[in-house]
Amino acid sequence: VRAQSPLRLVLGVSGVAAGLYGVWSLRAVEWADWPSLLAYLVGGVVLHDVVLAPVVVGIGVLAARLAPAAWRAPMVVGLVVWGGLTVMAVPVLGRFGALSDNPTLLDRSYVASWAVGTVLVVLAVAAAGVLRARRVAK
Amino acid sequence: MRSVPKLPSELPLPVQATDFRSRLRGPQVAARVGIWLGVCFGTAFVTGVWSHYAQSTPEWLTMPTRPVNLYRVTQGLHVVAGSVAVPLLLVKLWSVYPRLFLPVPLRPSRATVVQVIERLSIGVLVAAGIFQLATGLMNSSQWYPWAFSFRGTHFAVAWIAIGALLVHIAVKLPVIRRSIAGPVEVDEPPSGRPGGAPLSRRALLRSTWLAAGLAALATAGASVPLLRDVSVFAVRTGSGPQGVPINRTAATAGVGAEMVGAAWRLELVNGSRTMTLSRSDLEAMPQHEESLPIACVEGWSAGATWTGVRVRDLLALVGADPSDGADVTVTSLQQRYSFGVSTLPANFAADDKTLLALGLNGEDLVLDHGYPARIIAPNRPGVLQTKWVTRMAVST
Repeated sequence: VRAQSPLRLVLGVSGVAAGLYGVWSLRAVEWADWPSLLAYLVGGVVLHDVVLAPVVVGIGVLAARLAPAAWRAPMVVGLVVWGGLTVMAVPVLGRFGALSDNPTLLDRSYVASWAVGTVLVVLAVAAAGVLRARRVAK
Repeated sequence: MRSVPKLPSELPLPVQATDFRSRLRGPQVAARVGIWLGVCFGTAFVTGVWSHYAQSTPEWLTMPTRPVNLYRVTQGLHVVAGSVAVPLLLVKLWSVYPRLFLPVPLRPSRATVVQVIERLSIGVLVAAGIFQLATGLMNSSQWYPWAFSFRGTHFAVAWIAIGALLVHIAVKLPVIRRSIAGPVEVDEPPSGRPGGAPLSRRALLRSTWLAAGLAALATAGASVPLLRDVSVFAVRTGSGPQGVPINRTAATAGVGAEMVGAAWRLELVNGSRTMTLSRSDLEAMPQHEESLPIACVEGWSAGATWTGVRVRDLLALVGADPSDGADVTVTSLQQRYSFGVSTLPANFAADDKTLLALGLNGEDLVLDHGYPARIIAPNRPGVLQTKWVTRMAVST
């Protein structure tokens, strides 16, 4: 513990300094814009801790009760890959930033690609589940 | 007889940390995913600060003009690092979620103070981390449903996020070291026994790496031409008029065809010396061809061949030599949105590759690309490659 103390001290002090510089840089935010900024800062945490995480816990509880044991591992892999990419792709999937006068922006078939990806994940999970169930049966 | 009800020793919570049964949650997964998440945040932080300074360069800094593709690479990395961080952050938060429900001591003591400080620092880290990824990815798709200015706020919160991350690493260093040095699989129940997780920690980690790798492939094509066909979630395919995408159209910027007709003139100003040139005057000057990228802050980029007049040749017409160190203020016809006026630092104005471009990929510029004339310089963010230039003034 002794040996790592200087490193931890340097990390901690530079971290606090960087954070304070960030807080100080926020002075440029106009008073009228603070409610919006706070909503985004708090909203992300709330969205994760109160909505997304409990939903994932719920999926886990349901899967543990309903899904055959051999299917659970492929379902976890599928959820990690599909869920991670889906959350990442929300801004392009909704095409919220699309501009009618600029066809070079958001110019892919995002929802179609996502749907194809979703089908592929479901098929892969099903195939792995069936194969594992057969292996267990033997 | 007591008249004051005693404070409970702990905050009563509806859920306890011990209610979470999965073996997979815990430091073995958290530390390993955390390291790569730290790499992503570090990369995004360094490239982000670089981009911020490239857009508004402080006095003490001179941005280099070489390599010409530098900004293209750093900003591409910035957005890919942020995209890859999304699946990593989700797994990381999942692995430590039960800690949110650890007992909260209410009686004042040193341990209480330490725990409150640690929880606050984690709260700041998670809030700032999610804020950066969410606003960054939304901005990359040009979706801004907020009131605050994006660049200044994203820059400030980046410092808060990286600061909270450093504090977090300082606090957790012994746990990180122990988890990394130890085996991934510990406390494995014998196979077939109830209570076992559906898969091993190693399998969960591999799934996470797979998700992160796919996130990189799905977005990198916005700046890596080779990946264009596989990057299904890239914000641009890279195609557009004359082979280059458009960030802001003439209509959006408020530039009408009537403003760039035969009456259009370029005004050159160096103190009291001024000169006005028509587009045919510019066409009569020595033309140069340069291969330079348009690399936007949103992370997309595209290489192109530009033809036009060297900015230094234009400045020479009014007796200015950018090698003397004077910056150039470039004014656009643009009526709406930011960056209608940009500063071309002296070293960029002096560079042979910096053009006032008249043509793109073998044709005259189309209006959306900045006709009659636009700036194109090496290693610069796209917002500073000013279109529809009407005036260039040497700072005195």
